[in-house]
Amino acid sequence: MKETLNLNIKEISRLLKNREITSFALTEFYIKRIKKYDPLISSYLKLTEDIAYEMASEADRRLEKKEGGMLTGIPLGIKDILCIEGIETTCASQILKGFIPPYDATVIKKLKKEGFVHLGRLNMDEFAMGSSTENSSFQITKNPWALDRIPGGSSGGSASAVAAGLCAASLGTDTGGSIRQPAALCGVVGMKPTYGRVSRYGLIAFASSLDQIGPITRNVTDCAIIMNVIAGHDPLDSTSIPQPVFDFTEALGKDIKGLRIGIPKEYFIEGIEPDVKKSVIESISIFEKNGAHIEEISLPHTEYAVATYYIISPAEASSNLARYDGVKYGLRVQGKDIIEMYKKTRLKGFGKEVKRRIILGTYVLSSGYYDAYYRKASQVRTLIRKDFEEAFKVCDLIVTPVSPTTAFKIGEKSEDPLNMYLSDIFTIPVNLAGLPAISVPCGFDTLGLPIGLQIIGRPLDEARILSAAFYIEQEKKLKKIPDMFL
Amino acid sequence: MKINDETIKYVAHLARLELEEKEIELYTNQLNSILEYMEKLNKLDTSNIEPTSHPVALECALREDEVKESFSVEKSTKNAPERIGSFFKVPPIIEIEE
Repeated sequence: MKETLNLNIKEISRLLKNREITSFALTEFYIKRIKKYDPLISSYLKLTEDIAYEMASEADRRLEKKEGGMLTGIPLGIKDILCIEGIETTCASQILKGFIPPYDATVIKKLKKEGFVHLGRLNMDEFAMGSSTENSSFQITKNPWALDRIPGGSSGGSASAVAAGLCAASLGTDTGGSIRQPAALCGVVGMKPTYGRVSRYGLIAFASSLDQIGPITRNVTDCAIIMNVIAGHDPLDSTSIPQPVFDFTEALGKDIKGLRIGIPKEYFIEGIEPDVKKSVIESISIFEKNGAHIEEISLPHTEYAVATYYIISPAEASSNLARYDGVKYGLRVQGKDIIEMYKKTRLKGFGKEVKRRIILGTYVLSSGYYDAYYRKASQVRTLIRKDFEEAFKVCDLIVTPVSPTTAFKIGEKSEDPLNMYLSDIFTIPVNLAGLPAISVPCGFDTLGLPIGLQIIGRPLDEARILSAAFYIEQEKKLKKIPDMFL
Repeated sequence: MKINDETIKYVAHLARLELEEKEIELYTNQLNSILEYMEKLNKLDTSNIEPTSHPVALECALREDEVKESFSVEKSTKNAPERIGSFFKVPPIIEIEE
């Protein structure tokens, strides 16, 4: 069973369909691995063992009858922000402890229809606010490549579990880089689809104009396979794009001759680690050697993206998180009247980063400051979006680093929020513009820590991004799972 | 300094958050440095720029007004910390005169 760790989902699915292995045995293999290895990295908040075996048995029944799709019987881990009926979903927050969703998120419904196996709930920064998963109110997740370092965030549990081989693949969410940055720091693949490509129904909202769900996987093929299942229009999400979805795996293995790749000069700034820069430039030359045209481009408003994002996202969050009031679900702390009950509940239920962002968001939306902050940021957002529109007139894809650094040490930035926010500098503009992008592993630094390459595309052009990412993956053939976990 | 303790207390009240004394001081300092960083947006002239509230242009999604099954009251209120029958129970909102 151990050899399945080196296979992609297409190959594992073939073994399942040919009945060379059963989903039950594959699930048991992963559950044993989680019990053995997860104490080292704390990626799972909860293992749903009984449910996993039940789903695996059901998948085996379908497979026996020659039914099912590519994900039938495949064990996945799910970020604890996606609602699943009957299983506690907490967003890694005390305020949602004990919350049992009465319905499935659309992506979960789609995965269930395929017959996936739910292994458990993966850790994250509380309400997806953070870049290190240190803001989880339950546990600190570690990077499988160096246990004293952070896995990135906010989907840090998802990325570390995939990297350590504790699930076949996982789902994460990305508001300012929360799929791509942890994928880069853990040496796995992570895609943020075009805004509206994947339904957000049942995704617990952080910043609604930025949030997107996407796959975190050990290879690009798996990413395409999961995109095939989760993408598509959903009447339950009014921001869902009514565009047809085709088979993303068909994009893999395509020639890159003639592809125009833009390199934004603003993304190779001071502060970027030399190893990261070197590895990204090396990847660009691989594209060039194989017939792609490399163009230097400019995204002139890049330096304003972090400030813009940290006005818009807390503003939306302060509104979205108003629903946690101790009335409908989750924690309640009693008070003498309803206002005191709200305040005491929210004092006890929210962690310090969440409170910081609610205060910041409430401040920038408050009377007298709205124009100076929120309106101003929304206008700068237009400029950032237009930068990309201009750039895509002369190139088909944009290639950049994902993060200026490799994984930093646990505790290194946790007392300095602004410094932490600046680590999202290369991923945030993509969310502001609503574009699709991937993080694909492109090398290791001198300490052996993974480096990610970001490939950004035009709206709805995920296929071309996957095709370029697949090219890099095949050229590099990098190690996927650290020795400690083999 | 753009904001002081009083502003933080006021904003926290608007957001229905109770803060501990040491948090008020911490947030005042941190928010000042964050807001100072945001000042850089003022370097840009945006006087004729339309704001973007949403990354993709969306048409208002409409559907037929059909009666469909929705969550039962039991299912919708099951997670409530306190309830009476089919209602959410909360502390008194309106003061009662003696």
